[in-house]
Amino acid sequence: MTEAEQKIRVLIAKPGLDGHDRGAKVVARALRDAGFEVIYTGLRQTPEQVAETALQEDVDVVGLSILSGAHMRLFPEIMKLLKERKMKDVLVIAGGIIPEDDVKPLKKLGIKAIFGPGTPTGEIVEFIRKHTK
Amino acid sequence: MTPDTTDLVKQLLKGNRRAAARLMTLAESLSPEAHSAIKQLYPHTGKAHIIGITGPPGSGKSTLVDKLIEQFRNQKLKVGVVAVDPSSPFTGGALLGDRIRMNRFASDHDVFIRSMGSRGSLGGLAWATHDIVHILDALGKDIILVETVGAGQAEVDIIQLAETVVLLSVPGLGDDIQTIKAGIMEIGNVFTINKSDLDGADRRYVEIQSALNLGQETKGWQPPIIKVVATTGEGVEELTKAIQDHHSYLVESGEIAQNREQRCSAQLETIVEHSFIRKLFTDPEEQTLFQELVKEVNSRKTDPYTAAEKLILHLIKTPKK
Ligand SMILES: Nc1nc2c(ncn2[C@@H]2O[C@H](COP(=O)(O)OP(=O)(O)OP(=O)(O)O)[C@@H](O)[C@H]2O)c(=O)[nH]1
Ligand SMILES: [Mg+2]
Repeated sequence: MTEAEQKIRVLIAKPGLDGHDRGAKVVARALRDAGFEVIYTGLRQTPEQVAETALQEDVDVVGLSILSGAHMRLFPEIMKLLKERKMKDVLVIAGGIIPEDDVKPLKKLGIKAIFGPGTPTGEIVEFIRKHTK
Repeated sequence: MTPDTTDLVKQLLKGNRRAAARLMTLAESLSPEAHSAIKQLYPHTGKAHIIGITGPPGSGKSTLVDKLIEQFRNQKLKVGVVAVDPSSPFTGGALLGDRIRMNRFASDHDVFIRSMGSRGSLGGLAWATHDIVHILDALGKDIILVETVGAGQAEVDIIQLAETVVLLSVPGLGDDIQTIKAGIMEIGNVFTINKSDLDGADRRYVEIQSALNLGQETKGWQPPIIKVVATTGEGVEELTKAIQDHHSYLVESGEIAQNREQRCSAQLETIVEHSFIRKLFTDPEEQTLFQELVKEVNSRKTDPYTAAEKLILHLIKTPKK
């Protein structure tokens, strides 16, 4: 029988212009296998598209994946647009290539965790479970 | 924290997208708040043209939905989309990827796209799909496109929801006879052959045409067959016209009233069925009685029909908590 359930919904988004999404796909599949509903939007999302998708899909988590080095420009923009949409409860995490020096300012923006390349997916699953609902 | 549904509905009716999204989540969690919300917004529904897009996995449904959104937006119509992808029966998880094809509309505020996992619906249309369509309707969408998971029961179930069903097929799917047997043909109002850039589209056309001629009377709506290439947009204008022609036909012939009544009836039936079964399996008192009766049936103290009558009577008599 269909039972009332609160599923954790996660948006995996790839803002920016870099052309690889292998890492993002691996994470998306791992999260699906952990029982989450994963909305996967593919490459080259603008901050506006990421924020609006997060709103329409009413996700609990936004996972941003980036390799292009444009995170210091794109992430603050995304955080601003999410705030404008009153998505203050959403858990934002990031993954990809992000230099150590940028971690602190990004966390200050409200990005709760940053996972470097090669992070075991189980660690991400655990983090999401612990920090939602 | 229980969200204030009255407030959410109020905001929804003002066109607030966040309220719409929150209500959809409630609907998907099958919570009592969701039912209360639907009760409040239902009087504001019934305006949208609901279009089902169905067809086998990978036949290009999402790509086509993207092109249809474009056509309707050119007409300045507001568009809602519900895109259903299968959930894993083992983990309950789902990878919802239909949006990838529709990204260019992600920041158009007059387009609202919602992805859903089919969850526990046994291959049928996800249970909350009806409610999500009602929410989009109340949000003020003129057109609501519902992309089903391309498999079996979901394809048939779509007629409980959509006024116009667009049935997709693609060249080279050899098992056309299966399609006819499975009773899928009857549900289509507009037949579409997507991927017509590939070999075999003409053959597919003839196959569908002869299948239609087999079963159809010549009165009323004649389902057209339209060849499209969703990736390039070829034929999509013609398809859009056919979809809108079907709607005009329903309105002008008066069939729309009958059509809607049938859909209300189907939905009511489903809700009653679900409510009974839910109560039976969630209420501890009902559970106890159920288990007792199972034992009695097994020991031949009673029979399954008498037991079922007892359960139904008990379900009706126990006051709602
Ligand atoms: N050659 C060709 N390929 C197409 C056409 N339309 C879609 N495709 C391709 O078919 C593949 C599947 O397209 P989707 O739109 O995701 O199909 P779908 O039916 O939504 O798939 P599911 O939701 O997974 O069942 C993609 O690679 C598309 O690019 C077409 O008209 N011609
Ligand atoms: Mg699709």
